[in-house]
Amino acid sequence: MSKKNISRRTFNQLLGAAGAATAVGLAAPSVMAAGKGRVVVIGGGFGGATAANYLKQFDPSLDVTMIEPNKTFVTCPFSNTVIGGLNDISFITQSFDGLRARGVNVVHDMVTMIDAAKKEVTLSSGKTIYFDRCIVSPGIDFKYEAIEGNSAALAETMPHAWKAGPQTSLLRKQLEAMPNGGTFLISPPPNPFRCPPGPGERISLVANYFKQHKPKSKIIVLDPKQKFSKQGLFKEGWAKLYPGMIDYRHQSDDGVVLRVDGDKKTLYTDFGEVTGDVVNLIPAQKAGKIAAIAGLTNDQGWCPINQQTFESTIHKNIHVIGDASVSTPMPKSGFAASTQAKICAGAVVAMLKGEAPGTPKFANTCYSLVSADYGISVAMVYGFADGHITKIKGSGGLSPTGASDSFRKQEANYAEGWYKSITKDIWG
Amino acid sequence: MKKYASFKIAIVAGLGLATMGLASSASAEMASGQVLANTCFSCHGPAGHSVGAMPSLAGKDGEAIKFLLEGYRSGNLKGTVMNRIAKGYSTGEIEALAGYFSSQAK
Repeated sequence: MSKKNISRRTFNQLLGAAGAATAVGLAAPSVMAAGKGRVVVIGGGFGGATAANYLKQFDPSLDVTMIEPNKTFVTCPFSNTVIGGLNDISFITQSFDGLRARGVNVVHDMVTMIDAAKKEVTLSSGKTIYFDRCIVSPGIDFKYEAIEGNSAALAETMPHAWKAGPQTSLLRKQLEAMPNGGTFLISPPPNPFRCPPGPGERISLVANYFKQHKPKSKIIVLDPKQKFSKQGLFKEGWAKLYPGMIDYRHQSDDGVVLRVDGDKKTLYTDFGEVTGDVVNLIPAQKAGKIAAIAGLTNDQGWCPINQQTFESTIHKNIHVIGDASVSTPMPKSGFAASTQAKICAGAVVAMLKGEAPGTPKFANTCYSLVSADYGISVAMVYGFADGHITKIKGSGGLSPTGASDSFRKQEANYAEGWYKSITKDIWG
Repeated sequence: MKKYASFKIAIVAGLGLATMGLASSASAEMASGQVLANTCFSCHGPAGHSVGAMPSLAGKDGEAIKFLLEGYRSGNLKGTVMNRIAKGYSTGEIEALAGYFSSQAK
């Protein structure tokens, strides 16, 4: 290396260091506000895509890169309608063209590392991208090891279908191939998990399919929990629409699965074993893999955050939203992830300008279908007090039990209305 | 609905002066109409332009939006989920929401 080259490089390094020192020495916010803020969003789901979209809406001058390995996004919400044969997979497949049209740089790659100190992400292609702030929305990963015999490999033939896409189609295919009079065996996960009313809705829409096409079939549920979301409403609906079809075994009814044998399609509990023609074992969950790799998780496997800005309490300048984050008392739902993303995007825009982030206020509504014409919901409004997201007293709650058919029908219509509006809002 | 908008601006400006230089937790106690409305879009569509069964709110009369939300909150009006949602908002927040949606293009 020639002397000239060395000196030029050293000069550049010195200039860089001097630049940084000046920025720190002077009023940092005004210096940053003058530059073009760079935000990297990891994940193109309900949280990530909303964050990328709204960052550009709030500040079109921002340089926003969203990294998502898949070319399209298949949503977990409404995936039970695909499993139950009410919709085709194309109905729940979202394109990223709307985000590109907004000016988001959509990169289809996998993030292999987030370096909080260097403020850069590394992609599997080897490329690195610098960020001023990073928003991580990695969804969930599975704790297969919690049940003996379970593995990612087994899920290839015995789908959990708790991430939508090929898993959803595989479970649908297995149900279609199942003979009339067969048994669908499903085991919901322990708390906390993505989409608390999801297992109840899946049981409902499989029952709806059986009622119409395979009426001699049965559903057996092995639930490690004593209670589940919207339990009263689901059980009311099941008694009315699918009498005698669903055998629901809670924790105290020997519902805790300890072991699985994939070849025998059998789940083993403390005192017994149950075999199904189609088995849907949904594993216990934790934050998506990249969160753990980047050191953003606590010892339970979820990401602790400042609940006003969603900035990680472990690594500065990195925010975590959606299922992966500890956003209690909000549920791990697509609606929650999306509404959190808007609050987080607002906070990121403010913080890049050196301004104070705003006060969060948001809502969540989770619709579930018990049949195509029978919808139920749970809702809550959330505020922010004493450093925490709080439920607004007196707000929220469940659809009433004993409601009229027309009330249920209206909520079923609203369930689909919700899906259409939120997907338009997020992916455009 | 102009009056709500100017009312909101006055509050924000006032708080901005009052909290300048203080910690972020001391910033505006009430979220802005835009921030409040953002969460509504998940059902009522982007900026209140609904795609599905829920009514669009963009460009609707502000007084009508206020009347409906207060009716759902008090229980005088019976909806499905809106009674449960409206109970989570103060009169000031309802006015800010009405101000936001009424000011959007239809």
